[in-house]
Amino acid sequence: MDFDLNEEQIDIQKAAREFAQGEFDPDQALDLERNAQFPLSIWKKACKLGFIGLHFPKKYGGQDLGLLENVLVIEEFCRRHSGVGMALGLSDFGSEMILRFGNDDQKRKHLPQIVIGESTSSLAYIEKDQTNEFFFKTIATRDDHGYVINGNKLFVVNGTLSGPMVVLCQLNGSGPEEQVALIVEKNSQGPIVSLTGSRVGMRMVPMVSITFNDLWVSQKNLIGDEGCGQFQFTNFLNEMRIEAAAMGVGIAQGAFDLALTYSKQRMQFCKKIASFEAIRNRLADMATQIEMAKLLTYKAAWDFDRNTGNVLFTYMAKMASAETAFEVADDALHIFGGYGYIVENQIEHFYRDARMVNIFGELGRTQKNLIADKVIGKI
Amino acid sequence: MEKMDFDLTGEQKRIREICRKFAAEVIAPRAKEMERTGEYPYDIIAQMASLGIMGIPFPKEYGGGGGDWVSMHLCIEEISRGDVSLGSLLDVTTSLVANEIYTLGTEEQKQKWLIPLVQGEEIGAFGLTEPDAGSDAAALKTTAVLEGEEWVINGSKQFITNIGLDNASIVIITAKTRIEGDGKEIISTLIVSKDAPGFTLGQRYEKMAFHASATHEVFFDDCRVPKDYLLGDIYKGLAQHFSVLQTGRISVAAISTGLAQACLDEALAYAKQRYQSRQSFLESQTIPFKIADIATMVELSRMIYLKAAWLKDRGKDYTLEAHFAKLFATETAKKIASDVFNLYGLSGCLDENPISRYFKVAKLFEIVEGTSEMQKLIIARELLG
Repeated sequence: MDFDLNEEQIDIQKAAREFAQGEFDPDQALDLERNAQFPLSIWKKACKLGFIGLHFPKKYGGQDLGLLENVLVIEEFCRRHSGVGMALGLSDFGSEMILRFGNDDQKRKHLPQIVIGESTSSLAYIEKDQTNEFFFKTIATRDDHGYVINGNKLFVVNGTLSGPMVVLCQLNGSGPEEQVALIVEKNSQGPIVSLTGSRVGMRMVPMVSITFNDLWVSQKNLIGDEGCGQFQFTNFLNEMRIEAAAMGVGIAQGAFDLALTYSKQRMQFCKKIASFEAIRNRLADMATQIEMAKLLTYKAAWDFDRNTGNVLFTYMAKMASAETAFEVADDALHIFGGYGYIVENQIEHFYRDARMVNIFGELGRTQKNLIADKVIGKI
Repeated sequence: MEKMDFDLTGEQKRIREICRKFAAEVIAPRAKEMERTGEYPYDIIAQMASLGIMGIPFPKEYGGGGGDWVSMHLCIEEISRGDVSLGSLLDVTTSLVANEIYTLGTEEQKQKWLIPLVQGEEIGAFGLTEPDAGSDAAALKTTAVLEGEEWVINGSKQFITNIGLDNASIVIITAKTRIEGDGKEIISTLIVSKDAPGFTLGQRYEKMAFHASATHEVFFDDCRVPKDYLLGDIYKGLAQHFSVLQTGRISVAAISTGLAQACLDEALAYAKQRYQSRQSFLESQTIPFKIADIATMVELSRMIYLKAAWLKDRGKDYTLEAHFAKLFATETAKKIASDVFNLYGLSGCLDENPISRYFKVAKLFEIVEGTSEMQKLIIARELLG
């Protein structure tokens, strides 16, 4: 048993931290947040330095690293700034479907552009009034050389088709378990895209609604086989949960950093507020919570990279990290007092983004339900 | 002997009903827009004034409703259920400012300042907090020196609610007015009119949310007000401000209760939409039990703020109850808003969904008018004797 990161991981973590500290300018972040804009210039720099898609194989532009290394980068980015970190962390959203289940042609065609900062990727799965994440009303109908897609997807991250989009569909004429994942090419004409409205958090992450009216995609764009959609998507969700957990850990850590610094500067009653037990107790709780969430998250990523098939820690990490992110950000904002509510001081941004970690990617069955299933088993 | 009675009087029920209706029909439909634009809803404020809301607890001789503080707080809760920025406006102008003048003012001061506040024609602001004096309110730096017939004030106040409104008339501030022979600093309360020479309305803060509430810095640069703008006892400024804050704390509890109730409304709406039938709802436990927890906390919040107001109305000590109420109602409202926000998932994140507003604003009330830590400090001291 070894709780240490290896040398390479330490280097990656350090590099990500330094990059974030150097490039995530607080004033720029404030503006991006006000205008709900994607941090384009920062993302391009991150891509150039190889931070995005480092878990892709080298032959597709990546660095053959694992999910754990990806987690370390996402954590450092979110630590420095929750909004910028989440946007960067999600810039390759959905690419894992192609990475893990696509064929060589598909990977060659779609993955390198994400790594080099030419495209962001996306996965369309959420639909209106959907309580079961595996039930889709978006239909794919077979024809001679491909599929025709009809339907609507909501809250599609990076869904402006400025990159490849994986769309989860129900196969027409088949049972509910027969699902397909289809790649819709970058810049496809035809789908109607509209920006999702202004929202509480994750404001720098582009989100759209998209309508497919008889959009044709080639047979070549089917990921894996017909009917594999559900299996692929389940696995994708697990990988994404670990990435989301990494965001939660980073956001919590970043909120803690801000609160700690403030508490050592702010004086009331002739003392630095970090001297008061009430504040010290909060900081102690926060630090412990962060460490617990971090350990679970690293364990989940480690399990994933070793293909153990053990997903229990994935669910636990997501749940623990999401709650930790919010509780720590809440405590952190509290330590700032009235100043915490003022936009300029940044902590309110972490507070809003922290609350999104739980919501993001969840539909129907919650982490708690899934954990219960696993620990209780058949009755 | 007064018996225990959980019923409201007919008058209290009437006031609550009027405010509930007003909040549902006039305020709630405008809340999203108010938050989005940050434009102060002067027309709604004027309607509240004509309903007599700002004057509920004050005697008719000053233009008030001759009612009680229980009624006032029922009103604040109901208004806040529509939108908390208006509940907050009431907390400051009525529970703090008008209350302070009513309690401490000379007859002349009441005639001049109280009547327009009670009638809601003018709105008051409460100036306690400074950049270096938050929880440590006594660490204020603003000074007021008597020069002939005028106070000359220098300093600043921070996070001041209401002062940015066009019809804001005054801010009542704490300032150091003299230094005794032994070096002890005396703090007094002074009324400062917004049109006083040397008064500057500072920047409007950019806040996480709560945009329809006017929050500004204010500056005093050789700001001059007449000598008789001193309020109450020159030696007791801080104690006077703290005393009226006790009522303010009940009001913040009422605001948070209204907010929590609005969140409960949203949770119930969610449950109705999510579950096809009553049976399927009751077969699940996670959401029904969460709703049960929320409803329990809302009722407890309401009970404690009402008790505090009831004690105040009877001239009894309400220190503990006011602080219990503020502590409990604000902390539970924050948790409730966060939980219901979670329930709604992604759809709740959109600005157009009220729960996103409730989530962003709930946190603030744990901090204003004394953080939770300050509430606990006061409670602990009171209990230890």
